Amino acid sequence: MSKINNDAPLLEIKNLKKYYDIGSNSKLHAVDNITASIAKGNTLGVVGESGCGKTTLGRTILKLIEPTDGEILFEGTNIAKLSRNQMRSFRKSMQIIFQDPYSSLNPRKSVYDIIATPLRMNKTCSDRNKMEEQIKSIMDICGLPSRLLNSYPHELDGGRRQRICIARALVLDPKFIVCDEPVSALDVSIQAQILNLLMDLQDEMGLTYMFITHDLSVIKHISTEIMVMYLGVCVERAPSVEMFKNPIHPYTRVLLSAILVPNISSRNKRLELVRGELTNPIDPQPGCRFSPRCEYSNDYCIGKDIELREVSPNHFVACSYIQDFKP
Amino acid sequence: MSGELLSVKNLEVIYKSSGEMVQAVNGINFSLNKGETLGLVGETGAGKTTTALAVLRLLPERTGKILTGSISFDGKNLLELNDEEMRLKVRGKRIAMIFQDPMTALNPVMSVCDQIAEAIRYHSDKVDKNEIDKKVDHVLEMVGISPSRKHEYPHQFSGGMKQRVVIAIALSCEPDLLIADEPTTALDVTIQAQVLAMMGELRNRLGTAMVLITHDLGVVAQICDKVAVMYAGELIETGTLEDIFVEKEHHPYTMGLFGAIPNLGGESKRLHPIAGIMPDPTELPVGCNFQERCPHVMSICLDTNPEPYVNGTHSIACHLFTEKCNVGGDNYE
Repeated sequence: MSKINNDAPLLEIKNLKKYYDIGSNSKLHAVDNITASIAKGNTLGVVGESGCGKTTLGRTILKLIEPTDGEILFEGTNIAKLSRNQMRSFRKSMQIIFQDPYSSLNPRKSVYDIIATPLRMNKTCSDRNKMEEQIKSIMDICGLPSRLLNSYPHELDGGRRQRICIARALVLDPKFIVCDEPVSALDVSIQAQILNLLMDLQDEMGLTYMFITHDLSVIKHISTEIMVMYLGVCVERAPSVEMFKNPIHPYTRVLLSAILVPNISSRNKRLELVRGELTNPIDPQPGCRFSPRCEYSNDYCIGKDIELREVSPNHFVACSYIQDFKP
Repeated sequence: MSGELLSVKNLEVIYKSSGEMVQAVNGINFSLNKGETLGLVGETGAGKTTTALAVLRLLPERTGKILTGSISFDGKNLLELNDEEMRLKVRGKRIAMIFQDPMTALNPVMSVCDQIAEAIRYHSDKVDKNEIDKKVDHVLEMVGISPSRKHEYPHQFSGGMKQRVVIAIALSCEPDLLIADEPTTALDVTIQAQVLAMMGELRNRLGTAMVLITHDLGVVAQICDKVAVMYAGELIETGTLEDIFVEKEHHPYTMGLFGAIPNLGGESKRLHPIAGIMPDPTELPVGCNFQERCPHVMSICLDTNPEPYVNGTHSIACHLFTEKCNVGGDNYE
């Protein structure tokens, strides 16, 4: 596990917000006031249930979705307000791998065309032979035999398709990649292959990842820092090791206990079940958004927004129960 | 609660399409007693769902075919029943199925209440509307949905709630056997925990036997009594929960499955996946199907398909064991 280094961060987001107008003066708060930074070569894991805004956060950072407010600093430049044209030069260094390798590849294009598209769009390579060589070498790095160059996505299994998606993201030699649940559509054995590949690539190419998932067990191995999101807000942020050793927020603890361990000694241990499901992200009232489902919730959880506070070095928690009522 | 409920013997299923023959299930044997839960584990394409569809006789008519074997359920061979008997007396009534994706398993233009009532009306003598209504309320309460929501449509429910509706439909006729095909794969971890806890509780209360199809060994450890590991259409290892999770002797594929799971306790960074992918079911290799990915492959594996090595309740189909030599449990941390 690489150490957290305190060099200038590659990416910094400050008070990032994305609200959707849904008519009748209501706003859906998909991402609400998220602040985070990722140092070069590190991985920020973002965890939460579906609907918590983690995908929106990933896409907003890449400006695939326009942010409502806040700053996105990429290598020191605020890209939040840049126009599409101005963004173009940044796109090369910021890529994304999508969740579903079945729907994120054009079924009518060959593997060659899929990987060549980013090169053509960015006009980085004019010589055809060179381009083919570049594509073959990136396929090799991603563990794809070059005989698949003229295959189509439907001929390949899920693991190989995800490798194509990774090759497509890497071909422009990016610095930063958003991995949006890249392994949740895959079988466990293939999942492990892809996770290993992503970690190897990070070591070799010095990549920086933001790794989005709903499964805490997946990001333990790959993340340097973990951020837990609930209904658009960050409820806890800590270095990976610390997060697993000493989870504080009740929601983080629920997520951890929901991991099913393949071990029968844990069978009779009661799962720390959480009541209900995600509540409504439309015009949320001030207060802790997890309180309707939280077993510790009390009067002090509602009425005012709860700020993230540093409880130990680099470990931030937003929970008034822990902060004000427990030493 | 004892007595054999389901017994599948030497089942072979193929799919035929445009000249190609897919050997989906290749001679599997398993049995299940009343009230027991069997976990059927394997990767995508291993033939788990095909096995379930064969038991319910729901294989696609034109392409799917049961070549040989018998499926006896409560003493009757299901393969000898005609379609009418199967539809009215078995399917939905005595054997029910929960499908993987609750988003597509429900009819989007029928209210939840109508969908549950349909199953009840079809399979019971109850014709009285009030009685059916009462029964609908009862099963909804059983799966933790307030009956006041019964007139809503599937799109008004979240994924976890939809899966509860699907479970309510499956349990509405109080079946003896419930086949659940990856019931929690499409759900979030917290909701998965809720649904599994509920399924376990209902199973204990109603005494329903269950075949749980999954690729997640964590789910199996939580809820099953017996485990069958499936690979390329064959059961390569079967046993009780203790045989699989406590015993040291395993098929190399089972070891690989355990190795691929991220380890929460350990500090090691790399995972230990099984190299390669499953063989193409249209051209399975001669000999053991796992030979190409197996770290312990021997010359005998290339020409002879292994017979199961049986040790009490634990059965492993691998030459390593028929040759009586132990791989040991330390090849994958």
